[in-house]
Amino acid sequence: MRRLDVHNLAGILLVMWTLVVGFTGVINTWADLVLKAWQYGQLAEMTAQYKGREIPAKLTPVEEAVRVAQQAIPHMQPAFVSYPGTLFTSNSHYAVFMRGDTPVTSRLLKPALIDAETGKLTDSRDMPWYVSTLFLSQPLHFGDYGGMPLKIIWAILDIITIVILWTGLYLWLRRRKPAASAARASASPQRI
Amino acid sequence: MTMLKTPPVRATRQTLSQIFGWPLVIGVLSTIGLVAALVGDGVWDGVSWLALLLPILLYALFLLRPRR
Repeated sequence: MRRLDVHNLAGILLVMWTLVVGFTGVINTWADLVLKAWQYGQLAEMTAQYKGREIPAKLTPVEEAVRVAQQAIPHMQPAFVSYPGTLFTSNSHYAVFMRGDTPVTSRLLKPALIDAETGKLTDSRDMPWYVSTLFLSQPLHFGDYGGMPLKIIWAILDIITIVILWTGLYLWLRRRKPAASAARASASPQRI
Repeated sequence: MTMLKTPPVRATRQTLSQIFGWPLVIGVLSTIGLVAALVGDGVWDGVSWLALLLPILLYALFLLRPRR
């Protein structure tokens, strides 16, 4: 039966891509948990002696914080800065998130914590493995890491996956009516 | 449907490597395609495009192939 063959062939051709996009999608749904684990784990550890402090009334200039971070980690570029008291940092620090310049290392952010009162670097560590896993699973889920052609290929693969799901459902529902399919089979035997 | 009742007519039984050989090749190529663009830019992106385009082309080829 041709419809079944097309369905099976599409599944065989796409299985690797579908598995990767599926599993990285699962990892992406854990983003909030991963963030919390990092906040209460490594970030809390790095800012332990600042625990319970208020946000400083007067902050050092943010340009200065970025400059200090760049001096400390010269082989990486600043990606974004979290202000004191926001999600990715403590009440007392600027977190300057640094990224590398290859496709992989540009995903693996590394925070440099700058005391927002003194302007000094207090700590900078590589992210733990579970955060790195999340960072690397994002491009593999969204397909935004190989230019526009890869995005288009990604879209086509998405559509074919949807087709597989629908044809699978269709074929399965047909299977429930053996009488109808037997009648069709005898009506057009040359097709089978 | 009908193929479940009557076994398909084949000259010989296929071995495991005959059945899973090409799917495995395509799976490995897909993996290379998925990783390549992550590893580098330029040529690596190209490798990625080609490797992931292959299953799409094969699918289109089969769809457009005239019915026997």
